[in-house]
Amino acid sequence: MTGAQIAARARTRSTVLPRPSTGSRVADVAFRAVMYLSIAVGIAGLGAILFDVARDGLPRLSWEFVTNFPSRIIPERSGIQSALVGTLYLMAICTVLVVPLGVATAVYLEEYADRRRWWNRMIEVNIQNLAAVPSVVYGILGLAFIVRGPLSMGRVLLAGGITLSLLVLPVVIIVAREAIRAVPPSIREGSLALGATKWQTIWKQVLPGAIAGIATGVILALSRAIGETAPLLIIGAAVSPRFNPGSLFDSFTALPIQIFGWTTDADREFVSAAAGAILVLMAILVVMNSIAIFLRNRYEQKW
Amino acid sequence: MPERLTEAAAESAGRNENADRRFAPSNTPAPTARPEGRMQEPIFHVGDVQVFYGEHRAIRDVSLAIARNEITALIGPSGCGKSTFIRCLNRMNDLIPGARVEGQVVYHGEDLYTDEIDPVQVRKRIGMVFQKPNPFPKSIYDNIAFGPRVIGMKGDMDEIVESALRRAALWEETKDRLKTNAFGMSGGQQQRLCIARALATQPDVLLMDEPCSALDPISTGRIEDLMMQLKEDYSIVIVTHNMQQAARVSDMTAFFTVELDDSAKHRTGHVVEYDVTDKMFTNPEDKRTEDYVTGKFG
Repeated sequence: MTGAQIAARARTRSTVLPRPSTGSRVADVAFRAVMYLSIAVGIAGLGAILFDVARDGLPRLSWEFVTNFPSRIIPERSGIQSALVGTLYLMAICTVLVVPLGVATAVYLEEYADRRRWWNRMIEVNIQNLAAVPSVVYGILGLAFIVRGPLSMGRVLLAGGITLSLLVLPVVIIVAREAIRAVPPSIREGSLALGATKWQTIWKQVLPGAIAGIATGVILALSRAIGETAPLLIIGAAVSPRFNPGSLFDSFTALPIQIFGWTTDADREFVSAAAGAILVLMAILVVMNSIAIFLRNRYEQKW
Repeated sequence: MPERLTEAAAESAGRNENADRRFAPSNTPAPTARPEGRMQEPIFHVGDVQVFYGEHRAIRDVSLAIARNEITALIGPSGCGKSTFIRCLNRMNDLIPGARVEGQVVYHGEDLYTDEIDPVQVRKRIGMVFQKPNPFPKSIYDNIAFGPRVIGMKGDMDEIVESALRRAALWEETKDRLKTNAFGMSGGQQQRLCIARALATQPDVLLMDEPCSALDPISTGRIEDLMMQLKEDYSIVIVTHNMQQAARVSDMTAFFTVELDDSAKHRTGHVVEYDVTDKMFTNPEDKRTEDYVTGKFG
């Protein structure tokens, strides 16, 4: 047989390897189209927001905008120093509070808690639920228990930090548990079989193996906290203060609060200031998420 | 090579003296299924051991004596409780929630399952190598040094690491890359690293739970050679699915089998026969052993 004859034969013999039907091909193409459309909708939405904000805000961006304090009298010279500093302080307080509490809780739940005990299962379910509670509820909790009530701190930086910590704590616990669970049981067995105690095993094998996952999760949780407005509004963060908090017990503001204040201001001059502040906030978010991605790619343990 | 052996032998002698001081022999003899006239000084007396996972009995009535400086193989079909049993010998079953061990496991005259015994101390003396190589995600050096560090061994860590790698016949391959990550080694090297790691804390028993099942025949051969060397200084218990392996390396063999309970829901393992390996493979007493070793079942 010549090559052409073989080719002709191959075309006619389709019973062993039947060709895909027209229907399945159409379904394949249609499904791809739906996926591309979904992605396009998301990107278009994001692009529209970015474009809109950048158009208003880019002209405002300058070093003075970052270092000036907000001003009622001269809107065009208003800046975000107090809001930016307040946000950075809040993030620092959150990190200090959330990392030890979240990791310790995760270690307890993964390594010590006996799942057959009802109270351990109850703690787990509650933490899952808390992660889904709307942030405004944490604001009410902060107002009732931290600003007033038992702790009665007043509308201070520490109260804001604690409120945001409570807000992200469940998320940090859940991510830290996942990172700890990703360390294979064979590593724990290997360590214990060498005569290491449970504590040595956790401290020297499990946590180092989970550290990249925990760090990534903490950063992502903080990047959620950094944009939170509702709880800070409720506990009474200051709007447009002309000073930075000097201690944990000073009044404070944060970027989302400053943005909220400016966008609701009757003076339209502040619209461009709000847009500029949004750009700064988004830049911080991009940096934080990039660090998270870098940590994950660079240090995550492959088992 | 000769000097290495004498060095190891000297160390081993010192260790055994220590062992005898620390574990005074008990006056109560443990029940054993000891074959007549064969057994050297036993290091373990196991008496009527049963293991439960919750309500389910995984193994029942295991009684045997394990000799010092010999290789004892545990063979049998899947699910017959070999791994469950070997984990009784260094209290690794403690880690499984709901696991309960009954009976006696007497080691150097002390029952491992009394309240005063600290499982951490047991595991310092009785090393273990697992089915799948489980190196830590650290350098080769730190893998070996981890055990000695956590148990607070005194001495020059470089020497401890070198000595452990030499005893596991891994030194020549690794001496130029001690600081590289152990995950970069081949599967067979990783398993020998795990053996070296277990030897670094100077145990006197080495438990091996199917150490070669994830390895190719050449790596398997090297580990078997290594076991033959190590039994000069250590007592070795090995679980294996590979009957040829048991026949090649072991001195004593225990054949486990599994039976269903009346409701046919639970499988309980027990020892059918325990004897000198040659006899087990050529002239076993029990028909079930014969069927298994000749390949009629399992």
